[in-house]
This record gives sequence, C-alpha cells and structure tokens, in this order.
Amino acid sequence: MPVASRKWVPLAVLAVFLAALPGIAEMLGDRYLVSLFSRLLIYALVAVSLDLILGYGGMVSFGHAAFFGVGAYTVAILSFHGFEGTPFLEWPLRIEGSTNALVTLPAAALCAAIFALIIGSLSLRTTGMHFIMITLAFAQMLYFLYISLERYGGDDGLSLYSRNDLPGLDLSDDGNFYYLCLGVLSISLFLGERLINSRFGQVIQGIRENERRMLALGFPVYRYRLACFVIAGGIAGLGGGLIANQTEFVSPGLMHWTQSGEILVMVLLGGMGTLFGPLLGALVFLLMEEILTGITEHWMVIMGPFLIGVVLYTRGGIYGLITGQEKAGG
Amino acid sequence: MDEPLLRVDSVTKRFGAVTASRNLSFTVQPGEIHALIGPNGSGKTTIINQLSGEINPDSGNIYFAGINLAGISVPARARMGLARSFQITSVFERLSVAQNLALAIQAHQGHSFRFWRRAHADPALGDLVEQALARVGLEERAEEPAINLSHGEKRQLDVGMALAGTTRLLLLDEPMAGMGPGGTVELSKLIRGLKGKLTILLVEHDMDVIFSLADRISVLVYGEAIATGTPREIRANPQVQRAYLGERL
Repeated sequence: MPVASRKWVPLAVLAVFLAALPGIAEMLGDRYLVSLFSRLLIYALVAVSLDLILGYGGMVSFGHAAFFGVGAYTVAILSFHGFEGTPFLEWPLRIEGSTNALVTLPAAALCAAIFALIIGSLSLRTTGMHFIMITLAFAQMLYFLYISLERYGGDDGLSLYSRNDLPGLDLSDDGNFYYLCLGVLSISLFLGERLINSRFGQVIQGIRENERRMLALGFPVYRYRLACFVIAGGIAGLGGGLIANQTEFVSPGLMHWTQSGEILVMVLLGGMGTLFGPLLGALVFLLMEEILTGITEHWMVIMGPFLIGVVLYTRGGIYGLITGQEKAGG
Repeated sequence: MDEPLLRVDSVTKRFGAVTASRNLSFTVQPGEIHALIGPNGSGKTTIINQLSGEINPDSGNIYFAGINLAGISVPARARMGLARSFQITSVFERLSVAQNLALAIQAHQGHSFRFWRRAHADPALGDLVEQALARVGLEERAEEPAINLSHGEKRQLDVGMALAGTTRLLLLDEPMAGMGPGGTVELSKLIRGLKGKLTILLVEHDMDVIFSLADRISVLVYGEAIATGTPREIRANPQVQRAYLGERL
C-alpha cells in the first residue's frame, strides 16, 4: 500500500470510531465509556503538544505536566471565584472569577503559555541532560507551589461546583463535553499539521537535526525553540483546562513528575515526531491502564514489559508499526 | 586596490598553552578566491571559526565589509552574508535535500515565524530551491533524505547550502576532505564556476586544488601568516618551502 493511504486509512477509521463513540456507548448501555474517552482525548491533546517540542524540536522536556497543571488550576481557580462571586485579583488590576468556558479555557492556555515562556527562557539556555533536569525541577517547584496554596485546597486539591458554561452547549452532559474535547483535539491536530510543514516547523526540525548548522545559516535558534516551547505549553494548558472540567476536580498531582513521565511515555509509545502517533500512544496507554487495573493491582508488571517491547522493537512506535514509516521527516 | 571585503587584523587566540592564532593578519579582496594553507595544527580551522563567530579572538579585530565583527553573533554574521561550509559534513540528515536547501534560503528571507503556509508550496522558496538544486547538480535527489546521499553528494549539498542565501563571502573549510578523485573534480568545477560571483576563503589540503583555484594564497605556520601572494609567488617563496619541507609545491 502506498505510504499516504497507509497513513490516512487507519486515521480515518479512528476518526469515525471516535465520532461515533457516544452512540456506541449508548448502544452498549455503558455511559462510563464517554467520560473515559473524554479523558483519553484530553491526554492525547497534551501528548501531541509534547510531541511538538520532543519529536519535532528535539527538546526532551521532563516537565510538561507543569503546563497541564497550570491550565487545570487556572480553570479551577477562576471557577472557584466565579461561584463565590469574589475577584481573583484586585491589584494591580481587577480580575473577576468566571465560569464561562469561553473565558476560562483561553485563560488556561494563556497562563500555561506564560509559564512556558518563563520556564523556557531559562531552561532553553541549557541542552541535553541539563535541560531534562531543569524542566523537571521547574515542574516540581510548581507542584510544591500549588501544594502550598491553602486557599485553593493545598494538598487536597480543589473541587469545581460544576463544569463551566459554554453558550449553546450544555457541558454538564457527558456527550456534549466529549464532542468539545474531540473538537479541540481535531482542531489542534489540524493546526499542528500546518505548523510542522510551515517555515517555522521546518526551522524547528532543522534545529533538532543540527543546531550548529542552523546558527551558521543565520537562524537565531534560541528564539525559535522558545516559541515552540511556548506553543506546546499553551496547548498543554488548554488540555489542563479541559481535564479540570472533565473531572470537576484539580490537585497538585496533575503536575507531579510522574505525570510528566506518563505523557513522555505516551509520545514514545505512539511514535515521536509523527504528530498523530502520540494520539495513538495516549489511547493505548490509558486504555491498557484502564483494563489492566481492572484485572490486577500489579498492572505495571504487565504494562512495563509491554512499553519496553514497543520502544525496543518498533522503530517509530505504534504509528510506525501501522504506517511502516519511521519518523516523518517533514 | 579596493577596500578588502575581509580584513583580519592582528588576531590572537590561545587555547591554554597553545597559540592557535598568533598576531594573524591578512585580507581578502572582493571577488577573489583566497586560499589558506599550512601544516596540520597551523590554526586554519581556528581562524575560520573566529570568522564565523563560533569562537572569539583574545585580541585583534576582524572587519567584514568595513564592519567590526566583535560582538556580532553567529546567525547575525550569516545574515550579513558570511556563509560557511563545515570540515565535517554538516547537513540535516532526516530532512530531504530540497528541505535542506530551502532552510538555507529561508534564513535570508527575514524571520521564519510563519506558522500557516506550507513551506514546500511557497513560491518564494520553490524557484530558489530549484536553482540551488541545479547549482550543485542534485536535482535528481531533491526528495531524498540527506542521510541517503553519498559522501560526495553530501559535500555538494553542504556547499550548496552555504551558497543558497545572499552570500558575499564563502568560508570553505576543507571542502574536498574525504572525497574521491571524481568528487574532487566535480566540486572544483563548482567552486571555479563561482569565481567572480562571490568571494571565497578556502581552507584545503589538496595542493593541486589550491594551486588551480586560488587567486591568492596565505600560508599559516603556528597560527601566523608567514606569506601571502599569488600561487607563483608562494611556490617560489623560500620561507614557505622550508615550512613545507619535503612537500611538493
């Protein structure tokens, strides 16, 4: 089969399945499936965003969950004040709480992007092992920062009174919320595909391949890396905003380093630098976790060797296995 | 004589006890092919790295088109028209040949914070990529990932990338290294074809190539330029003969 159809046929099948899922769940009488798959799609979004910096940018960030968590807390804190009718901030400017998804979700992406700008501008001065460690350290700092926020639940986390309101769509309905997640993921994948093939995307991949040469050609490498890092952070923040709505609960655990590790594993499992691979990686990882935890408490005994097997014996993760492609060059 | 395009003025660079550039001065005139020769360890690559900005001199100045390069970053120098190829072939291996060249062209077309339009469908890149492919004779290999190229083809691509932008001075660091005789001929032809179109500073070991291509030659010994002149003058220079004792000039 030609590479193009080997790539698009499985993705089309997946797209149809995902679009029909609430209907399938209805038929099976298993409402839980819808909320499970909402969670899967949200993690897929975060894994895809990590792939932009990891797979395309060649930056091994071990702190991606920080942006996920910041996004989640942004929604939770704004909603908290929205319900209380108190302002989040009075000085230097007054910021009211809000329960409108059109406010809270963009705010989640924006706050995460700002944190990514700060963390990225410092950590991108290093490379290799130092970069891995410094992103990990920043994420852990945020984790402990949020633990210390007593007003917002500290260690115990913070519950939302309900999901945010979206004009025209009742998000308290699991089916509607599922389609919101699917919509956000689809748009992100579409934009991501444009991004990696744009001039900017080519520059990012050039830096991954050969930083020294990029400098010699005249590219201020640092700026492009930082922009990529901020974009990925913003998308992860949007994912965080969605997860806060999905579970109606946030806790510092969302940005714990094990979370960053799991997102990293989803990308590796699905196939680094393939954009659609991490979507598959997130689905397989979380479904296996879901099924295995139902069978045995020691589910990691099965999951661990499976992950090692995929990473060792497929050259481009699950995506590579399906399409016969290694890594997308461009 | 015209104002030199490049003026290296009393540049000194030490690495610990080793002095890689010792009060080094030479000039490169617009339009010439200027060769740097010297025994191993005479500081040829060190001066190239100081010109491109990867390392900074301990003392002395480098002027490019009359501008002092001190404090100007590597990418900024490249955008001024100071391009280089690398001694060890340096291409983007997992990107296609066309993508490699497109990146080199893109670097000179303003910033690349353009997120929407597909680069390979961008007419502002397409024509120039075609030209760049033709220049290095890699049209047939345009869609091939660079990693699949032969060593000679990679070198051609490497030089092609250095040429792709609005280059005024091309720094060629041993372009013939590791090439078979066929490849050497091919690349010499390419360089000769550039004569007059841009200025070239060439570091090379292959003496035949040097003497057939260069307008002027500077001889480096222990980081110092001991002689500069036409190939004929250099051949006749007794000091140079001593430095190259035993080597055929």
